[in-house]
Amino acid sequence: MTKLIKKVFYFYYDGFRNMTVGKRLWVIVLIKLFIIFVIFKLFFFHDFLKTNFKTDQQRSDYVIEQLTK
Amino acid sequence: MEHFNMALVDWSRAQFALTALYHWLFVPLTLGTSFILAIMETIYVKTGKEIWKRITKFWMTLFAINFAIGVATGIILEFEFGTNWSNYSWFVGDIFGAPLAIEGIMAFFMESTFFAVMFFGWNKVSKGFHLTSTWLVAIGSNLSALWILVANAWMQNPVGMHFNPETARNEMVDFWAILFSPTAVNKFLHTISSAYVLSAIFVLGVSAWFLLKKRNEALAKRSMIVAGTFGLIMSIFMVTTGDESARQIFNVQPMKFASMEGLYHGESNAALTAVGFFTKVPKPEDPDANDWGPKIKIPGMLSYLATLDPKAYVPGINDMINGNKAHNIISYYDRIKMGKLAIAALKEFQLAKKAKNDSKAAAALKTFEANYKYFGYGYYDDPHKLIPDVPLTFYSFHIMVGLGTLFIFIFLFAVIYGVKGKLTQKRWLLYVALWAIPFAYLAQEAGWMVAEFGRQPWVVQDYMPTLSAVSNIDQTSVIITFFLFAVVFTVLLIAEVKIMLNQIKQLKDGGQQ
Repeated sequence: MTKLIKKVFYFYYDGFRNMTVGKRLWVIVLIKLFIIFVIFKLFFFHDFLKTNFKTDQQRSDYVIEQLTK
Repeated sequence: MEHFNMALVDWSRAQFALTALYHWLFVPLTLGTSFILAIMETIYVKTGKEIWKRITKFWMTLFAINFAIGVATGIILEFEFGTNWSNYSWFVGDIFGAPLAIEGIMAFFMESTFFAVMFFGWNKVSKGFHLTSTWLVAIGSNLSALWILVANAWMQNPVGMHFNPETARNEMVDFWAILFSPTAVNKFLHTISSAYVLSAIFVLGVSAWFLLKKRNEALAKRSMIVAGTFGLIMSIFMVTTGDESARQIFNVQPMKFASMEGLYHGESNAALTAVGFFTKVPKPEDPDANDWGPKIKIPGMLSYLATLDPKAYVPGINDMINGNKAHNIISYYDRIKMGKLAIAALKEFQLAKKAKNDSKAAAALKTFEANYKYFGYGYYDDPHKLIPDVPLTFYSFHIMVGLGTLFIFIFLFAVIYGVKGKLTQKRWLLYVALWAIPFAYLAQEAGWMVAEFGRQPWVVQDYMPTLSAVSNIDQTSVIITFFLFAVVFTVLLIAEVKIMLNQIKQLKDGGQQ
């Protein structure tokens, strides 16, 4: 089992190390993921219904009110 | 309608459109190139010729760049559902959630396993296992797209659900009806085949550049034959699926169909406008024939496209607004009345339930269910507000169809001259193939615009318009994120193009002719 885990680890490790265009790509990917999941998600994209209401009943009451006003 | 913040609705729409359009710049190349890679690697494994390994690895690098830059850009759309479109997210319930969850799980497993073998596994796993992984990446990424497209198709043609008036959610009652609805099947097949065409054009165009520069000719010629053949087959398939999609749209979204053709007055033996221009935006209540510039029309073709009968009646925009008894078309005026009844009945049902007045609740529910089919129309007073942007839909549709037709000829010539070994002599074809790359992206975006602008104002056809789908949030935050997205996506796109161009330019000559 340990041998298999080691093998899989080195498979990925060597793969990443030997990438030719990898370094610049990885920098872009990491910056992008940081912007998406940290900046956008934390500061701008709260789940409106989950943030403002505690129960599903409250959420459905609110949506029905919005849909029928 | 007056209590809706239309500026917020418009900014939310603009933000979603911007995100989706940018996201769709990355996706189709992944979907199609994955299959082209699988075909190239299959040739390598079958023939054992090293040149095919080199070819596969080169395109795999470009595939990896596109994948790495594009990955997770779609997740922003899901953020937007929860934040900007919370009424919609609640309303669609598990119908939208289930396919997206399947897509997420599938994408995660595919990307963490077979992608790694495909990129890192050269000389580390057997040829057969590597090839299998490449094919599984292709099949997996396309299956992943299936679920998104099924969810989108449900919005265009909602089936297999039941609306629960107590929770205001649509509940899935028939998963298979949703998965195999004709709209879903056609949308999936047409979208992926168009993605294959874009990828084939991409491979063809880059290869043409090599031939124009007299570099990597062995790689370029072989790539052009593979891409040309793949593209030719897929573009014919795309036309077939597009043809079937048009009939589906005619049946379930006749307003979109009429807008695609700019057809205001319905007619029998309706002609298809092959080429045409609006001289000014026509007013639906007073369409004037002079609003059109010169047109090239194909008699009977629109009727045939819609029904397979060249003499059939195709309703125009005014038939839907004013109704047409002879053709059983209920007017939008009547639909609005029924929609208003449904909205009022839902409100009454809720009040009666809270007051524990069962008989009143039952009566309200009966009225609601009788009119629910036109629920979304009830948010409007003026039926003309239910017409999509006709010129935008018309031009998008004609750009998509025109370019799709042009690509068939490019592929055909590439195959003919590729097989004859005359590609380098046909420099005009090489230039056309190279310049076709941006037009392939334009065709993709135009296709998205036909599907999405053409169905406005609906987020869920007939049930929920965009104005009732948005969250009541601060408009400023939507405006800020709109511009943030514009900047981030533009930077990503520039990075992708620059890295790809570097890779293409840096590819050293090698391999036999």
